[in-house]
Amino acid sequence: MRFSTVCRALAALLLATPLAAQDTTGRGVRIGLSYEPGSKPGVVVLPVTGARGDSVRGILQRDLDYGDRVNAIVLDPVSARDASRATGPNWPLLARLGAAAAVQVTPTAAGLHVAVYNVATKQTALVKDYPTPATEGSRAWRAVVHGISDDLEAAFTGIRGIARTRVLFERGKRIWVVDSDGEGATPLTEVGTPVSPAWHPNGQTITYSTYLPAGISVLDLGSGRSRTLAKGSGVYISPVFTPDGGSVVYAHGADEGVDLYISAASGGGGRRLSVGRGSDNVSPSFSPDGRRVAFMSGRAGHPEIYTMDADGTNVDLLTPLEFGENAYRASPDWSPDGRLVAFQSQMAGTFQILTINLRDRSLKQLTSDGRNEDPSWAPDGRHLTFVSNRTGSKQLWVLDIESGRTRQLTRGAAVRLPAWSPRLSND
Amino acid sequence: MTRRTALLFLSLFSIVGLEACRRKVVAAPAPLAATDSRAADSLDALRSSQRADSLAAAEAAARAAAGDATKAQAELSAVLSQKVYFDYDRDVLRDDARAALDAKVPVLLANPGVTLVISGHTDERGTAEYNLALGQRRAAQVKRYLAGKGVPDERLNSQSLGDAQPAVDGSDDTAYQQNRRAEFQPQGARALVRPRS
Repeated sequence: MRFSTVCRALAALLLATPLAAQDTTGRGVRIGLSYEPGSKPGVVVLPVTGARGDSVRGILQRDLDYGDRVNAIVLDPVSARDASRATGPNWPLLARLGAAAAVQVTPTAAGLHVAVYNVATKQTALVKDYPTPATEGSRAWRAVVHGISDDLEAAFTGIRGIARTRVLFERGKRIWVVDSDGEGATPLTEVGTPVSPAWHPNGQTITYSTYLPAGISVLDLGSGRSRTLAKGSGVYISPVFTPDGGSVVYAHGADEGVDLYISAASGGGGRRLSVGRGSDNVSPSFSPDGRRVAFMSGRAGHPEIYTMDADGTNVDLLTPLEFGENAYRASPDWSPDGRLVAFQSQMAGTFQILTINLRDRSLKQLTSDGRNEDPSWAPDGRHLTFVSNRTGSKQLWVLDIESGRTRQLTRGAAVRLPAWSPRLSND
Repeated sequence: MTRRTALLFLSLFSIVGLEACRRKVVAAPAPLAATDSRAADSLDALRSSQRADSLAAAEAAARAAAGDATKAQAELSAVLSQKVYFDYDRDVLRDDARAALDAKVPVLLANPGVTLVISGHTDERGTAEYNLALGQRRAAQVKRYLAGKGVPDERLNSQSLGDAQPAVDGSDDTAYQQNRRAEFQPQGARALVRPRS
């Protein structure tokens, strides 16, 4: 039985209001487990046997915690010892700990066997086997464990997690990638002048621009092969794939301002989309349906966020126009659910992250500590990564826009220009 | 005269005679020969000295000329390389920028083999992507100005480095001003010709 089928069976068994399982807005998650609406269901990951047992359990607990939708209950050593019995979970103990569910992972010859228990009903809610690569602890092995976390979160909340995602960024004149939990930071390009990395919707290919020489490159992560999509005099900036993956939109200009162009992802000449009349038009971000594009333009005399149709028509100022030299709105990123555009705005001499609601144009400030810029949405539409100097060096941070909780994603040399991947199916 | 007296006279005569002979030998041509050698040495030394002086003077003159040429090259090169600066988030050429560009024009026109790479830079305050565009706009503005003064367009290449290569580190107005600039790299100039004034 496929896992998704099991999930549906679980939902049918457990959901008090099945349709509400997909609705987490304002009312909290409701999947029938024993917890109060609006609160997060308590989940215990039971001790895992085997050489990598502690790693598996640690990754699952951390992923569930970072997902911000469940309460990952961490057991003290005594509770951990007593939580499992030969006959099964210690139901009274789990109930006392406030757990709505317990997860049991057992190593097998082929990988990992996962069982989820409903503490209230004392029944097994779902089971699934996950084949793992031979090299335990490798990136691919960790990806499988992250995938388990995402399946669990989907089972508990109706919304798939973001543990099996990665974030691109620029550091030290190279493009890097890091797992969503901050592990496995790895450079993807040689030292050069790469900037503005962006993901293909398939999660297997990226694009980025360079300024010396000026051009757009496409890199296949599987083979490591890269190719030049565009090059020439002037500048090439901020390439992004269209949501269907078939084209790349980027900013280009030489002597008469910088405008947005579109090229087939397979190559070929660019067609101009924006008409900036000598102004700068950069940082495109597509709506999820691919019909509109948010971008930053200096056409009003200072940077503001605009939207336009995908063919360049029907340009509309999105952010409320402010007069004066200090107005500076930039780096738009359209949320995966289509409701919001995140961007950075100059406030009191520094940058902060805001969102603007596309329905009523209401603004919401998300940051206030230090300089914060370059927002990029996670595929769940609830988390954002951004660059912040709040601890001194510019590092990536992750923000849960519902709870306001933040965590630091990268450490080390300064970084910039993050791009959060779509959900990744395989590595 | 006694025999003893005769011997005395004979001895005195011998002594006087011998002394006379000694004087003749010592006084012979030897003093004349020494005078000639010293004169020749003096002439050689003089000629050598004059030659050395002449060489030194020539070398000094050559050095001076070379120094002048080097200095002139350095001055011309400095004119071509002189940076121009911009206001915040602007690509408009200020008066000081126009003056610096006006000084480049005759040098460029007098040296048709020289091309100029114009690099636009910004301070750190904007976004990386906007700053790349702004740097390009500044470089393009400079290129347009020089082309308008008669410098062939194909000898002017503009590029942008955005905020990637600040001239100075720092996050204050002084650093920002020094970083909002266009830089110039003359290429193809082995020996710059001074423009006729």
